[in-house]
Amino acid sequence: MSDATGDDVILRLEGVTKVYSGTVAVKQADFEVRRGAINVLVGENGAGKSTLMKIIAGVESPTAGRILLDGEEVSFANPAEAAKRGIGMVFQELNLFGNLSVAENIFAARELARGGVWIDHRLQERRAAQFLERLETGIAPRTPVEDLRIGQQQLVEIAKAVAQDARILIMDEPTSALSAVEVEVLFRVIADLKARGVAIVYISHRLEELIRIGDFITVLRDGRVTGRERMADVDIAWIVRQMIGSAAKEFTKAEGQSIGEEAFRAEDICLPRVTGGYEVDHVSLSVRKGEILGVYGLMGAGRSEFFDCVMGRRPHASGRIFIDGAPVRETDVTGRIARGLALIPEDRQREGLVSILSVGANLTLASLRKFVTGFHISDRQEKTAIARAIRDLSIKVANPALEVTSLSGGNQQKVVIGKALMTEPKVLLMDEPSRGIDIGAKADVFLIMRKLAAQGLGIIFVTSDLGEVMALCDRIAVMSNGRVTALVDRAEASEELLVTASALGHGPAKPSLVESLQ
Amino acid sequence: MTAAQETLARRAAGSGSVALNLMKLRTFIALFAVLIFFSIAAPNFLSAANLILMSKHVALNAFLAMGMTFVIVTGGIDLSVGSIVGLCGMVAGGLILNGLDLLIGYTVYFNVVEIVAITLGVGVAIGAINGLLITKLNVAPFIATLGTLYVARGLALLSSDGATFPNLVGKAELGTTGYGVLGGGQWLGLPLAIWILIAVALGAAYVARFTPLGRHIFAVGGNERAAGLSGVRVARVKLFVYMFSGFCAAIVGLIVSSELMAAHPATGESFELNAIAAAVLGGTSMSGGRGTIGGTIVGAFVIGILSDGLVMMGVSSFWQMVIKGCVIIIAVVVDQAQRRLQQRVALRQMARMG
Repeated sequence: MSDATGDDVILRLEGVTKVYSGTVAVKQADFEVRRGAINVLVGENGAGKSTLMKIIAGVESPTAGRILLDGEEVSFANPAEAAKRGIGMVFQELNLFGNLSVAENIFAARELARGGVWIDHRLQERRAAQFLERLETGIAPRTPVEDLRIGQQQLVEIAKAVAQDARILIMDEPTSALSAVEVEVLFRVIADLKARGVAIVYISHRLEELIRIGDFITVLRDGRVTGRERMADVDIAWIVRQMIGSAAKEFTKAEGQSIGEEAFRAEDICLPRVTGGYEVDHVSLSVRKGEILGVYGLMGAGRSEFFDCVMGRRPHASGRIFIDGAPVRETDVTGRIARGLALIPEDRQREGLVSILSVGANLTLASLRKFVTGFHISDRQEKTAIARAIRDLSIKVANPALEVTSLSGGNQQKVVIGKALMTEPKVLLMDEPSRGIDIGAKADVFLIMRKLAAQGLGIIFVTSDLGEVMALCDRIAVMSNGRVTALVDRAEASEELLVTASALGHGPAKPSLVESLQ
Repeated sequence: MTAAQETLARRAAGSGSVALNLMKLRTFIALFAVLIFFSIAAPNFLSAANLILMSKHVALNAFLAMGMTFVIVTGGIDLSVGSIVGLCGMVAGGLILNGLDLLIGYTVYFNVVEIVAITLGVGVAIGAINGLLITKLNVAPFIATLGTLYVARGLALLSSDGATFPNLVGKAELGTTGYGVLGGGQWLGLPLAIWILIAVALGAAYVARFTPLGRHIFAVGGNERAAGLSGVRVARVKLFVYMFSGFCAAIVGLIVSSELMAAHPATGESFELNAIAAAVLGGTSMSGGRGTIGGTIVGAFVIGILSDGLVMMGVSSFWQMVIKGCVIIIAVVVDQAQRRLQQRVALRQMARMG
């Protein structure tokens, strides 16, 4: 039955439709999953990929259509039933218990218990350690998950799915928070699973990744399947055509724009680590008006922590910051926003948006003061400003009074950006702004960044994507282990140089991995 | 209401989602239900005298429930309001009867206006202590306010050794007469307490809807981290809601002692639970972020009318407790059902539109 060509279909979706409040997420979709192959699913944000996968994993039930597993029609009431039939899923939104340890998370709801009652913690930890070892994470199984960075949490999520011994393993953007090195490790694990006959469904926005590892590709657009091919028969241009429908929006190239005087300077920013040493180790950076400064590095290099220090979120941080040459003495977030700093946080759900408020209320949350006379918020002024932001950023929303969670990821990200821009910042700090959003929205975000820079904003842009950092930035800083290990103009930058610099000070194990990358 | 909302609303009405609209108005429906029921079942229920008496009872709980609503919307809880009621009554009573002994042989007497101001100040100060414990020392709201519940009650009992301050008529030569106006006075046929309630409720509803502070309260309750990162001074917002809760409790303390012309240190025991019940009945979500002042007031009226009406019918107070508990539980169950139904109706509309 199972053969290496992976032509046999283990799971088939026929005419599946799913309707949510606010959107028809999937319309009449057919989808096939083949054994021992990597089945790639791709599409813009809001195209319905995640929904389709949630249907397969039993998280959602389809409004119409049927699911055939091994040729037999099935319906899953909940994820546990799907798991029983051998379907595992790595979610895009992390589904981990922050208060529990890594091992407890990996075996959540499937605890290894003696006699079905007493949890064998030691056995769980030993097994967890094996899985973590295979993913080369270096995470101790007893660590509470909330102490891990997002990238590490993602690895735990993957370990959890791998531990389920699934026949069908769905991975929804597993690499979105991973560094290049971690991605390589993940690909090795995937190849291993594939060789053992596991059917893998792989969702990602990184097209190069898909071309590299995929066997079959299905493209979704606006909830409909627009293309199904063998990966060998297609190229990036084809994928993009199917996804967007028309010519691809290219990453914007820098136009000849003037770079002004210094907008922002950070001197000697230090953030001590609880366990000794520094999370941010004497970092000094500056950005000029109209300049985009890229900060490249691996997860845990201290980039987000540096932003935290600059925004005044870490009371223990030391160092000086200057805006337009004048020292910033305000120590809290509110004061620093008032001085012209704004942060687009890495974690949209946890730090970017208030999910129960409307799109409009989220947009104006940071800049309410502008619409206030006395203490009265002028409804008219606020609405005008909201309408303008929605138009300027081309946020796709029927009505700004809708809850912000009704938007797709890319549009939610634009709301977060809009909120920051409405404070009229001089310096914009963007932490992985393209994480987990589709190509179309990404291109929009990059276009916005270019436009803002042209208007004289200084932008500091943290990313783990080499392509982005090379395409967008005027200057590139590399951070590793809390320190700035390289600072170069784009003209002098090479991918090799950036990767090498990003691994400095990370111990002896890493350089070999870096070599294997090149 | 924008055009899009209107079309949505019309479509909702057209698609026969009557059940949903009924559920949305459930607190009002409950209010009319209890009104109609008791006007039939209890003699004299609809007499003007009874309605005014009842609304005075309701007003006390409504004050506390308003303060509680803001606190719950930020994701907290204030258990100390009942004790603040008791303590503030004792402060006012003590100042009228005995003045403030400066311990150097002099005693200062304040006039009534000053006494009211000082009492309100005491309520706000205890609220501020709650807020500081929660924001600066990171004590969980439940624990912090449980602590102040005991401390304030203990102080109230200590202030008179457990005795009542009786007969608060005051002395004309000290300017302390007229304290009874607050609880017994009327204007345009309505008790003064009701007018105060209307004023405070309008103020609170305005703050919630039209001021940055109001928006910040909801933002903090919805996502504290995102609010903080947007420049909302989270600690200040929390401090405010607890101070406002203390302020509301102080008003109740004043009204109760003025009405009785006496201050008893045990006044207000278990008031906090009634306040929480009214807020929840009015649609405030215990997980924070959702709630309205209007809903809370209606909730307070439902609870108040229910207990007064049952008394008039001669139902035993033991049964009253059982009934009140059931009403609260049903309210929350209906609330959940409404959210689910709302989602389903919206889904069906989407499906029809394609």
